[in-house]
Amino acid sequence: MGLFRKKKKETNKWVKCKRCNETFYIEELQQNYWICPNCGNYFRVSAKERIKLTADEGTFKEFDSRITTKDPLNFVDLKPYKDRIKDAIAKTGIKEAVVNGTCTIDGEPCVLSVMDFSFLGGSMGYATGEKLIRAVERAMRLRIGLVIISASGGARMQEGILSLMQMERVSAALSLLDKQGLPYISVLTDPTTGGVAASFAMLGDVIIAEPKALIGFAGPRVIEQTIGKGLPEGFQRSEFLLEKGFIDVIVERKDIPKYIGKFLRYFSNNVKK
Amino acid sequence: MFVLDFEKPLQEIEEQIANLRRMAEERGIDVLNEIEQLEKKKDEILKREFENLSIDKIIKIARHPNRPYTLDFVNYIVDDFTEVHGDRRFADDKAIVTGFGYIDNQRVAIIGHQKGKNTKDNLYRNFGMANPEGYRKSQRVMKLAEKFNMPIVTFVDTPGAYPGIGAEERGQSEAIASNLKLMFELEVPIVVIITGEGGSGGALAIASGDKIGMLEFAIYGVISPEGCSSILWRDTEHSIDAAKAMRITAKDLFELGVIDEIIKEPLGGAHRNYEETAKNIKDFILRSFNELIPLPKRKLKKKRWEKWRKMTTQFL
Repeated sequence: MGLFRKKKKETNKWVKCKRCNETFYIEELQQNYWICPNCGNYFRVSAKERIKLTADEGTFKEFDSRITTKDPLNFVDLKPYKDRIKDAIAKTGIKEAVVNGTCTIDGEPCVLSVMDFSFLGGSMGYATGEKLIRAVERAMRLRIGLVIISASGGARMQEGILSLMQMERVSAALSLLDKQGLPYISVLTDPTTGGVAASFAMLGDVIIAEPKALIGFAGPRVIEQTIGKGLPEGFQRSEFLLEKGFIDVIVERKDIPKYIGKFLRYFSNNVKK
Repeated sequence: MFVLDFEKPLQEIEEQIANLRRMAEERGIDVLNEIEQLEKKKDEILKREFENLSIDKIIKIARHPNRPYTLDFVNYIVDDFTEVHGDRRFADDKAIVTGFGYIDNQRVAIIGHQKGKNTKDNLYRNFGMANPEGYRKSQRVMKLAEKFNMPIVTFVDTPGAYPGIGAEERGQSEAIASNLKLMFELEVPIVVIITGEGGSGGALAIASGDKIGMLEFAIYGVISPEGCSSILWRDTEHSIDAAKAMRITAKDLFELGVIDEIIKEPLGGAHRNYEETAKNIKDFILRSFNELIPLPKRKLKKKRWEKWRKMTTQFL
């Protein structure tokens, strides 16, 4: 077991592209915005990496970092949820599926909340919802815009109805932000589905998406099972949503900060150059 | 008449009673004693079987094909009801019914999922699974309710929002999300009753209110027990374990602070007595109205925010 772990650690410097199977050195990927240099595939990025890619260097100040789920239902499936939480924390170094902070993006001050798919599939539990609400409240207090970067399979099953309620709670908070005339930019990355898509992710004043991200309410497998046939090529991808009128713009990863900055400036009350 | 396996002993007794009654009428025999005996036995079975229903039976009752649906409740509760149709965008969704009427002289807007009572009816109603246009129709009616200052009553009973190609093309996520936001913003009282299956986002989309009541044997969850089993247990055998673990009953949800009240069902379930079920629901609606309608708009909105802001924070 010990040997296995050591071996795993060493190979961790290398990452394989799931699409073209090519292997790359981590630093090489990092410099290429976590996009496969060979085939152009977008790797999923952790919240920490995403913040590095998005916030102006050195400006991100995290808040509410200690909020975490406490397994309120004592949920056990094949494995106790408590163990799943522990593993997720150990694996990601964060305590919930979203990281909050204040920063500037392209020079514009804002509150930034970033979801992390590697934390229990980016699923939204009650503590995730609470953090998102606090991000909204912080934006209102500071009178600055809010940016949420989503990466989530949806509501967290292990918290049952409590996670479902977060959809309403966060949407309600966003409504208050809306009424105060503050901007909310929603950035969708692969994947943004289920209860996250069907709540705050779709409520942005503008919605930006990365190319080819899976975005939708029901998962493709569920739809296939329901209708009993295969799905068309490109179904539920960013390009499909743009075509159908549900997102504003598809932006390459490296340009996302620039676009966030633009919209924050368009929507700000201050006179800008 | 659909009968669940554990309802069979009851059905047998009910048949026996009916037979005795017929005999008494036809031949003039005095069977009062026998009937009384059987009625007693029936009550005993009802008590034994239904007073402490296990989760698998609650799920079956929540999904009972004879369970009353929105239009049944409307029939008993709402006077002078007129259904209105269409989202003015794409189509009329038969899985959600909307309309206007009166409850004890109070003007109301009604929104509710509608399942079918048989296969043909269910195909017409898409098994109570709404497409985006269903949610957009409800948005339209909610805005009308606000414009004309009438409270909204919603009845929630759906396996979930429909997972189909068209639903995704027409923005199922956006439709649900904008419902959630709108229901928080409306300046009229909203009373919600979870009556059968509260299936995830498709239920929540019309279930966010100032007062949320839930029928005793209804269920409400983030995913169906079957769906949870297949994802977390990776098989379909564990739906009862999933149901238990997720805590989906009215009692669970009341304890978790997600609903305001459990609405009593007649012994044996709502499908055994529509009238009594409707009466209990009406009672809940009127009590909620009494509390909510006198509130100034600002107070109503403030209370609503406090309700949602606080919900689930006891577990932090």
